Amino acid sequence: MAKILIPTPLRHFVNGQDAVEIAGATVGECLEKLTTDFGDLRKNLFNDEGKLRSFVNVYLNDEDIRYLDKTATAAGDRDTISIVPSIAGGR
Amino acid sequence: MATAVPVALSNEEVLRYSRHLILPEVGMDGQLKLKAARVLCIGAGGLGAPLGMYLAAAGVGTIGMVDFDVVDRTNLQRQIIHGTKDIGRKKLDSAAETMIDINPNVNIVRHEVALSSENALEIMKDYDVVVDGTDNFPTRYLVNDACVLLGIPNVYGSIYRFEGQASVFATKDGPCYRCLYPEPPPPGLVPSCAEGGVLGILPGMIGIVQATETVKLILGKGETLVGRLMLYDAMNMKVREMKLRKSPDCPICGPNRTIRELIDYHQFCGVPKQPAQPEPVAAGGEIDAVGLKELLDRNHDFVLIDVREPHEYQICRIPKARLIPLGELPKRVGELDPAAEYIIHCRSGVRSAKACVVLREAGFRSVRNMAGGILAWSDKVDPSVPKY
Repeated sequence: MAKILIPTPLRHFVNGQDAVEIAGATVGECLEKLTTDFGDLRKNLFNDEGKLRSFVNVYLNDEDIRYLDKTATAAGDRDTISIVPSIAGGR
Repeated sequence: MATAVPVALSNEEVLRYSRHLILPEVGMDGQLKLKAARVLCIGAGGLGAPLGMYLAAAGVGTIGMVDFDVVDRTNLQRQIIHGTKDIGRKKLDSAAETMIDINPNVNIVRHEVALSSENALEIMKDYDVVVDGTDNFPTRYLVNDACVLLGIPNVYGSIYRFEGQASVFATKDGPCYRCLYPEPPPPGLVPSCAEGGVLGILPGMIGIVQATETVKLILGKGETLVGRLMLYDAMNMKVREMKLRKSPDCPICGPNRTIRELIDYHQFCGVPKQPAQPEPVAAGGEIDAVGLKELLDRNHDFVLIDVREPHEYQICRIPKARLIPLGELPKRVGELDPAAEYIIHCRSGVRSAKACVVLREAGFRSVRNMAGGILAWSDKVDPSVPKY
């Protein structure tokens, strides 16, 4: 079970939880399972072609999966997957 | 920093900065660097408030501020550079007064403009460090690109509700904002602080991280956030950091860059430059607050739906309004009779206009938007209803 950390802007799609434990062999599998369990989250993470949106970054522990094996990056029991969306507030 | 270092501090400054001067990492050399430094803060709001105050206190010689807003009562929950007496004043005037009060030795440069592709390079070129405290995606990409083109470090901070991000972009070999996020989210997907709310203390925390990084860049000391994205979660009091790399595909700082000058950032972010003209509404598509009051007074048969969030409904409400938050509306359309007459309201009329589209697309024939929302209701019908 990898732990997926959910950022504030997306928490209301997962019943307010800040983290969800998901079983999956890769980051992609975990995200697929997550967005199946919480359907409203899907359009916020993936585009119509099923690709991760470019303003949503996904990290395995502290490393951007774009520099690992992207969604094929292996995810183990002790791993933390972070979803880090773009935010712009400042005032 | 290429800035020429001034010769000396006055006796007053020596006393004022004594706690810096006895720190070996700052000392006289560092304090003179701070005095010679020119820092531009984009925005005199939530992030700009602690930034401006601490940079002034630290003795940064020239602090520029870009802002064209006036102080509003809703700002005071977090923008501590302004006070209740400043409501209605220009933020630049109010901020400058506070900073000069803290430290009369600093030179405050006021740029009372909306930063744009036309003026950004001219305004930014004379500064050593730019600190991004804006509140929207077009300006963030504009600030980043201008910093990369000018070779000026961009001290980044961003906040949302209980969560903040900070980093340092556009240093000589470091990543830039586009390396982190190549594209902005489509408009409407990420709510602003005005829509989503923000913990008042949060911009204080992130603004102070930005001030710290700015001072370190000027001193040339310590390890800055170059190549690291700091994530701060106030609710769980957790600080994490992610590795940030210079993207080989970055369109502005990568080896095969395609952007060589500033572009149209409103178009890039999919938001129109001018506030969108309201879409032409079909006859009977809209009603104002006074019209709604008349219908309620004569017990006209219609359904009034409030599409705000439950916590907003707790603040204030219009009598007889039924609460169905906009996000739940598509799923709950089945609860409503398509043959009935509907008037939809929210806080200001924007979300309710979206709700009208949802209902019309679902086949509802009589759907009207209440223009101006509950704010207009408070202004024109019932002043006892608080505005927020």
